[in-house]
Amino acid sequence: MGTNAAPETKAVTVHAKGSSQRKTAALKLLRQPFLVLAIIFIFALLAIFIIFPLFKIGRLSLTDDKGVFTLEGVKEIFSNRSYWQTFWNSIKLGLIVACISTFVGYIFAYATTRVKMPGGGFFKSMATLPIISPPFILSLSMIFLFGRQGLITKGLLHIEDFDVYGLPSLILVQSVSFFPVAYLTLTGILESIDSSVEDAALNLGASRWHIFRTVTLPLSVPGIASSFLLVFIQSLEDFSNPAVIAGRYTTLAVEAYRLITGMYDTRGGSILAIMLLVPTLIAFLLQKYWLNGKSFVTVTGKPAQQRKKTSDPHIVWPFFVICLLISLFIILLYGTVFIGAFVKTWGINYHLTLDHFRYVFSLGWDSLRNSIVLSTLATPITGILGMVIAYLVVRKKFPGRRVMEFTSMLTSAIPGTVLGIGYILAFNQKPFLFTGTAFILIMAFTFRNMPVGIESGTSTLMQIDKSIEEASTSLGAGSGSTFLKITLPLLKQAFFSGLVYSFVRSMTAVSSIIFLVSPRWNVATTRIFSLFEISKYSDAAAYSIIMIAVILVAISILNFLVLKGGGKKQQKEGKRA
Amino acid sequence: MSTNEAGETSFRAFSRRSSNVTLKNITKVFASLDTKKEITVVSNVNLEIAEGEMVTLLGPSGCGKTTTLRMIAGFEDPSAGEILIGGLPMTTVPPNKRGISLVFQSYALFPHLDIWDNVAYGLRVQKLPKAEVAERTRKAIELMQLQGMEHRFPAQVSGGQQQRIALARAIVIEPRVLLFDEPLSNLDAKLREHMRDELRSLQKRLGITSLYVTHDQSEAMAISDRVVIMNEGVIMQIGTPREIYEKPSCRFVANFIGKANFIPCSVVAYENEQAIVSVNGKTMRLPEPGSRRPPVGTQANLCVRPEGIRLSREETILGGKVTRATYYGSHVEYEIEVNGLSIVTEQNEAKESELFHIGESAWIKLQPELIRLLD
Ligand SMILES: Nc1ncnc2c1ncn2[C@@H]1O[C@H](COP(=O)(O)OP(=O)(O)O)[C@@H](O)[C@H]1O
Ligand SMILES: [Mg+2]
Repeated sequence: MGTNAAPETKAVTVHAKGSSQRKTAALKLLRQPFLVLAIIFIFALLAIFIIFPLFKIGRLSLTDDKGVFTLEGVKEIFSNRSYWQTFWNSIKLGLIVACISTFVGYIFAYATTRVKMPGGGFFKSMATLPIISPPFILSLSMIFLFGRQGLITKGLLHIEDFDVYGLPSLILVQSVSFFPVAYLTLTGILESIDSSVEDAALNLGASRWHIFRTVTLPLSVPGIASSFLLVFIQSLEDFSNPAVIAGRYTTLAVEAYRLITGMYDTRGGSILAIMLLVPTLIAFLLQKYWLNGKSFVTVTGKPAQQRKKTSDPHIVWPFFVICLLISLFIILLYGTVFIGAFVKTWGINYHLTLDHFRYVFSLGWDSLRNSIVLSTLATPITGILGMVIAYLVVRKKFPGRRVMEFTSMLTSAIPGTVLGIGYILAFNQKPFLFTGTAFILIMAFTFRNMPVGIESGTSTLMQIDKSIEEASTSLGAGSGSTFLKITLPLLKQAFFSGLVYSFVRSMTAVSSIIFLVSPRWNVATTRIFSLFEISKYSDAAAYSIIMIAVILVAISILNFLVLKGGGKKQQKEGKRA
Repeated sequence: MSTNEAGETSFRAFSRRSSNVTLKNITKVFASLDTKKEITVVSNVNLEIAEGEMVTLLGPSGCGKTTTLRMIAGFEDPSAGEILIGGLPMTTVPPNKRGISLVFQSYALFPHLDIWDNVAYGLRVQKLPKAEVAERTRKAIELMQLQGMEHRFPAQVSGGQQQRIALARAIVIEPRVLLFDEPLSNLDAKLREHMRDELRSLQKRLGITSLYVTHDQSEAMAISDRVVIMNEGVIMQIGTPREIYEKPSCRFVANFIGKANFIPCSVVAYENEQAIVSVNGKTMRLPEPGSRRPPVGTQANLCVRPEGIRLSREETILGGKVTRATYYGSHVEYEIEVNGLSIVTEQNEAKESELFHIGESAWIKLQPELIRLLD
């Protein structure tokens, strides 16, 4: 080629006012009434079921009985040393549990992604089991093992006055309950570190330990921080474990409940709820906005090449032994409850019996059925709403898109207790008179469990080439049919996990609904809670076992409906050439 | 593509709606991703695509081709200006109501639908009777020679077949306008040439108004009625492939399409259509200098293609040394250094005795009728 040509024209920087552009965008949106309606509808739902209840809590905390603004209530709570103690108790517990869970989660995640060892699949299921298990079950196990009639404390060691209730038990139970959260987060991070990075280091002659210290660990720091914050939130908002095993160690979620249901002090409860909300919200914001930008992991979309796991016995055996011990401990906890469900009176009469199951299917049947019915109703609503929101937020341009994203994800930072208090305050008068109805429970389930579906939907959508949907549009399909025929099928996996999560969490919810249940709409978890209060532990155990069974059955049904083709193939128009 | 008369008729007979595309002063401004500034990606573009015409939008990558195409398809709104199809403004017409089919660079096949369902998709959206959907889908599949793979999924067929499926899916709905965004860039070189020719003949037979985006100049030259050269969001030249090659309107176009030499000169005078210039102190008459016409007395450049230059051992107005000689079989390409300027030429006579060697001095013989005057 001859001499190089200088660019003929420089791109001009025009500060064109975007207003006419925005106007046409708005006009175009109006041409898709279905889309506009969907957006308005979702905004209305988010406003009513998330913002409004929070607003109500805030307002009640800052007004007196006549509705006049005052800081008296706040002053009263803040000057009460025991409430401060409760606040620090919650924070301390959260920090300790976050450390332990993240540490154990990292060991399991590293072992299952990097180490070639026997029983990998078994360890994986041990590390996820606590996610699908009903609340109270681990506390129950602690009581069976270490309580006044405990198998170990009394049966084996003959200690009569061992006190199982308190911080150590709580830490243990919460760590087991929440390390799966850390495990899943960290597995995701560890798996997404391109194996060639570590291979390159290995190639340069570095030892495994050196690679871990200089490559793997630094690359997983954002994941560690993320898992720490997530577990911290979970620990703070946990109601069921501290409610039954904390003894005199007070926590915010439980104290708020005691104030409201025991002392009818709704304002005090609301103020505690806000004290609970502030740290979880901070952790949530840190996790979402600070850490998400810090991730070094690049998603290439290429199927990652097989990672070569180490089989060096000096690494394999320590990991194997640690994982095995922890897994055995988990099995011991669950196994104890399983056996506890079949014995007459724990600690006194170990004869086998089906009495407790009989009890669940007679007196306890109504609330179990309610749980199943409500969860079954809430699950598809949650799943579809989650996918629709993910789709709108990722794919559509409309005013307030960011607000929709933030608000819909907000409930993952709102402790169930706070949401529950918000709902009783918000929906006890016209036009939103829902207290005592099934509807309010279904809404509580829906909005509390939606973020997981939204999150997995969002990340799946970001990986789906946008042009696939544009192809559908250019072939004449509107937003609605593109969503139903193209997007939703491609989101199947995310949809499925959203559904499973929603069902499990609805079945096992305690904190968010404990304020909302009514004699007509009592549910299994609150029933178990009341069994604790009258020390009917074996009945509670039978209840929990049945709930696990229900959850497993539900997951396989969902699996069949959503993933295995489910609905019959669309009838085709005589497909022969 | 072997002609398939039966399959074609229904495509040729599509709606009589007029389908010329008009871009009036189209500008697109994006908010820059990192800074607060706005960047103009498409700037004041005017273009008219006649019914049944195949126009190519050619330019280096990042020059705004895709953005232009997406504005026509309705996926982006112009910041200023107006797009008309069949004379009607499209400003408030959503993308799914424009009667435009888009063939994507990535094909964008629906991964969860088999080939039949992919092709039938647009027809089903229109809720056409089952029999018609079946009939038209079958014809499109035959036209693209995809028979026998109706039940396979996109991931189970080759790249070339995916390309055909994308095409079948786009034409089966008998769109008013077909838009292509670098549709062949994912194919290997050989298949690319083959598909290029098929595409062109298909477009001609169906007579669908088409806009084809590419950054590959040979592709553009091979398939278009007219080529639009774009750079940094601005149209540099519009013309038939021949006009663009022979009469580039500016340095950018001359360089972008084929190879070009630029030899400094000064403009002495214009006489009728002709120009008189001074090169290396000697005057020269150009019978077809082109429309650029730099003012008399200014410095300008002669633009001449490698085949417009002969090498000679007899003295001419310019002389230099051979710095490179590359043998291509059909011709030899030489690089001559003339007054610090490097000139590329192609010589067809490959007789051993007539070859120039590196370091040898050579004289340059310009063919006046092949020279254009640019500034
Ligand atoms: N949505 C967008 N926001 C900001 N800049 C964009 C956007 N889309 C494209 N651009 C920029 O506009 C320019 C032209 O892009 P494009 O039309 O895709 O070029 P081409 O198709 O010619 O390669 C590029 O510099 C690109 O980075
Ligand atoms: Mg492009």
